[in-house]
Amino acid sequence: MLFYTIKRLGLAILIVCLAMLMLLSAIHMVPGDPAGIALGPRATPEMRAEFRALMGMDQPFFVQYFRFLGNVVTGDLGVDVWSKRPVSTMIGEQLPHTIALAMTGLGWAIMLGIPMGCYSAVHRNSVLDKLTGVLSVGCIAIPSFIVGLYALLLFAVELKIFPAIGAGDAGDIRDQLVHLVLPGLAVGLGWVGYLARFVRTSMLEVMGENHIRMARAYGLSNRRITYIYALKLAILPTVALLGVGVGSLISGAVFAEIIFARPGIGKMVVDAVNTRNYPIVMGGVLVTTMLFALSTLISDLIAAWLDPRIRQGL
Amino acid sequence: MTDTTHSDVAIRREPRFAWFRQLLRDPLGCLGLVLVLLIILSAIGADIIAPHDYKALDVKSRLAGPSWDHLLGTDNLGRDTFSRILHGGQIALYVALVSVGSSLLLGLVLGMLAGYGPTWLDNLLMWFFDSVRAFPVIMFALAVITVVGPSLETIIFVVIVTTTPGYARIARASTLATKSTEFILAERALGARVPRIMFSHLVPNIVQPLLILASMDIPVVITIEAGLSFLGLGVKPPTPSWGSILNDGYGFIRNTPWLVIAGGIPLIITTLGFTFLGEALRDVLDPKLKKER
Repeated sequence: MLFYTIKRLGLAILIVCLAMLMLLSAIHMVPGDPAGIALGPRATPEMRAEFRALMGMDQPFFVQYFRFLGNVVTGDLGVDVWSKRPVSTMIGEQLPHTIALAMTGLGWAIMLGIPMGCYSAVHRNSVLDKLTGVLSVGCIAIPSFIVGLYALLLFAVELKIFPAIGAGDAGDIRDQLVHLVLPGLAVGLGWVGYLARFVRTSMLEVMGENHIRMARAYGLSNRRITYIYALKLAILPTVALLGVGVGSLISGAVFAEIIFARPGIGKMVVDAVNTRNYPIVMGGVLVTTMLFALSTLISDLIAAWLDPRIRQGL
Repeated sequence: MTDTTHSDVAIRREPRFAWFRQLLRDPLGCLGLVLVLLIILSAIGADIIAPHDYKALDVKSRLAGPSWDHLLGTDNLGRDTFSRILHGGQIALYVALVSVGSSLLLGLVLGMLAGYGPTWLDNLLMWFFDSVRAFPVIMFALAVITVVGPSLETIIFVVIVTTTPGYARIARASTLATKSTEFILAERALGARVPRIMFSHLVPNIVQPLLILASMDIPVVITIEAGLSFLGLGVKPPTPSWGSILNDGYGFIRNTPWLVIAGGIPLIITTLGFTFLGEALRDVLDPKLKKER
């Protein structure tokens, strides 16, 4: 297990480094001058040269790449072009909001998805099972920004049950939680569908096993068999799936953050794209990519811990 | 031997288009097919169906609700929303077809090279695919847009880069499974060259799962285009896109609900339609895949 962990960790680091190399080289291959684009058409050549020197763009490509990697290792992500504040500090301020949002989305997914999947598996081929199947495909297919916009329109603008914008007053936990409900739904609804399908499949697998038949033969109640014996086993692979979920929820939070005007990494990056604030975009993309890789890594490790056959695979 | 005996021993074939009949037997597949046809036909016939010019301004009746003249109301500049949605469908389908088509072809070739070529090439390509997959798509798109600027071509480029690895991985796996079968060995023994083996023997045997993946990728791509246009980072105005209609609607959500509702409906129809159709196709054409999911 230790050997597998080290190997898998090395692979994750390598992949993040390669991803960054690709991002930087994609930017280099693109025709046009980032300095010219960032400063606008009226910039003088001296201003462009100064900007390039500030961003380290006057160095050869590989010098830039390794300097960038070196800076990342020491936690230095450069400074904001306009306010000159360190990007790492700004990300540190925004990240908790995004993580809270992703966790709320995950909460919605667990609360709705797991019972839906369980019910479908137990009442296999019933009308409700088929309906749940269609519903979960629908949840997966419909884009999160549509869910967010419709939720905003219905619950915040028309019915006024939930607040429309912001993250709530700092320090007031209750207010902050109320502000998380709708954005969380927008972020998590797709995962409701994934979870419902996944739990249904793994429940069906477990329900066919001998020990469940044994429990039935002992005359245990159906409810006890389903929720105590079967779900306990069926939930394990789901935990591994959730790891991947956290990563994609963090990057999927962009739309919910924009629609509900919440602070967060996604909103910060989109605002930075509009003002061509290059270091913030790079920093934001780097951090979300790392979180994405980290959550995939953790879910792979959980999967390997649960199923020793996977450990030999790498 | 006469003709009659000959036809008696003819191999029994499945009737042509059997898979299509099977598809029609699946109610969700039917629904998906109908929705997809609806979207495609309305996009193709946009110029004929649209009751108004999608660029024509009518400032007096701006932000109007639905009426017989404006079926889905008007936007903040008084443009007819229904006509804009019809033309937005053209953009959505254009982006989807161009980018999914290109990534399918690119993925097919790269995947076959990885599966059929030498081990070092396989490893190199797999590393490359894995690192592309490490990016969250939206974040990658935002990074590229910062440098290149928003445009339709940027979206297509981003989609091709991020979806190609999916096709390549499947093509590689099927190539690995097919390359040691007897008919390929026989072909090699006959002295066929690599391109011939790859394009006339491997491709027909591995292309089917790729097509299924493509039909399921179309709604994803349409979502990416609409999402970026919603953020104001997609197509440039006045080009109509479902995403930019939603963006206008978001800006005026307190004045009228109709823009948001109207912009969302075609996206829901398209994503549901293609997803239902894709799932039904997968079940019909490749029952093995169903078990794995």
